Amino acid sequence: MIELRDVHKSYGPLEVIKGIDATVNKGEVVCLIGPSGSGKSTILRCINGLESYQKGTIEFDGIRVDRDHRSIVEVRTHVSMVFQRFNLFPHRTVLENVIEGPVWVKKEPRAEARDRGLALLERVGLAEKASAHPGQLSGGQQQRVAIARALAMQPKAILFDEPTSALDPELVGEVLAVMRGLAEEHMTMMVVTHEIAFARDVADRVLFLDGGRIVEEGRADEVLVRPQNVRTQDFLRRVIDHV
Amino acid sequence: MQKFFQDAVEFTPILLEGAWATILVTLGSLVLSTLLGLIWALMRISGNRWLDRVAIVFINFIRGVPIIVQLFYIYFVMPDFGVSLTAMQAAIIGLGIAYSAYQAENFRAGIEAIDHGQVEAAQSIGMGWFLTMRRVILPQAFRIVLPPYGNTMIMMLKDSSQASTITVAELALQGKLIAASTFKNTTVFTLVAVFYLVMCIPLILLVARLEKANSGGRR
Repeated sequence: MIELRDVHKSYGPLEVIKGIDATVNKGEVVCLIGPSGSGKSTILRCINGLESYQKGTIEFDGIRVDRDHRSIVEVRTHVSMVFQRFNLFPHRTVLENVIEGPVWVKKEPRAEARDRGLALLERVGLAEKASAHPGQLSGGQQQRVAIARALAMQPKAILFDEPTSALDPELVGEVLAVMRGLAEEHMTMMVVTHEIAFARDVADRVLFLDGGRIVEEGRADEVLVRPQNVRTQDFLRRVIDHV
Repeated sequence: MQKFFQDAVEFTPILLEGAWATILVTLGSLVLSTLLGLIWALMRISGNRWLDRVAIVFINFIRGVPIIVQLFYIYFVMPDFGVSLTAMQAAIIGLGIAYSAYQAENFRAGIEAIDHGQVEAAQSIGMGWFLTMRRVILPQAFRIVLPPYGNTMIMMLKDSSQASTITVAELALQGKLIAASTFKNTTVFTLVAVFYLVMCIPLILLVARLEKANSGGRR
């Protein structure tokens, strides 16, 4: 479904992605882990065209991802994104945030979008907050609204860019629970995360990135429990010791 | 004092005519400057180098030439090129263009104050540039821009008096004419000042109200 072949990206002379090949199949949950600056988030942002890349190809369902081409709109309606800092629209209510894409981009009838939006809010446990503004919600609640907003587009895949990194520790669980639910329903997901336990439980595969390259990849239990690469071992030791 | 009120009653109808012209000039140039200012601002943030440059050159050109000279140009020079306007039209166009430069920089500052994550969120649900502006950025920028916009409205109301230099019979010019023919400078110019002040008050209240209405439910 998502296919990356020899993807390179630089900011000026600084190359941050140094040739990445990866495939994500339908229904798969793939977690990207690695130290900061390793290129995890950048990869995700390239996949829905928030960033450009200089070399290689990224394809989604056979459509080449090119942020300067009209087809990017179609890619984005199929691939939703959940951001680290939620990025909800502060001037709209929770429900309006959720139905914004369906109504204005996909031109769904408002009543229909509303019904579906309310059902999605119910699903993330926030039906009673439908008419609140984002500023009145906790971080965990805001992120759950952001997930509902992503789902409202009826995407084929969702990209999560460190969805719990900006949350207070006690709010992480509620967001991960929603994501676990999606994984159980076989939503295709790519997740950049530092939640090793989540990755171990939920991911089908894990990619470990360092310095703009994938240094190790494989089944979650293999990479995370018995890592082969020295850098993966080192990273996991530091992350787990820290916890 | 009694004499003052007698004169005031006598002069008020003429001054009211002037005040009406002032209101027309102000409203007309406010609408024009807002539309043009929005266009310059959007050109500046469009990401297109050429649109940005054209807007920068225009804005600096407008800011660098005194309003009064711009008015003279439109009213006295344009007829040489076959464009004849009434004094009122020239005043509205002149002040509208002159103020669009300030409006543009104000709007741009408001738009650029919005977190870039908002643009990304809009893009990620498939919105194009125009839809992102219309649904996500401009409504948020509106709130930031409102206080300086109110300021601009008040300045425009007062600067509309410059239209008197191209024969628009607005408040300041009517006052000057009455004063010149009656020599009652104190009475006339006190009245003119009070008229301007009174016209400013609804603007001040309007802005305060809009600001209040737009702060609901956020932060």
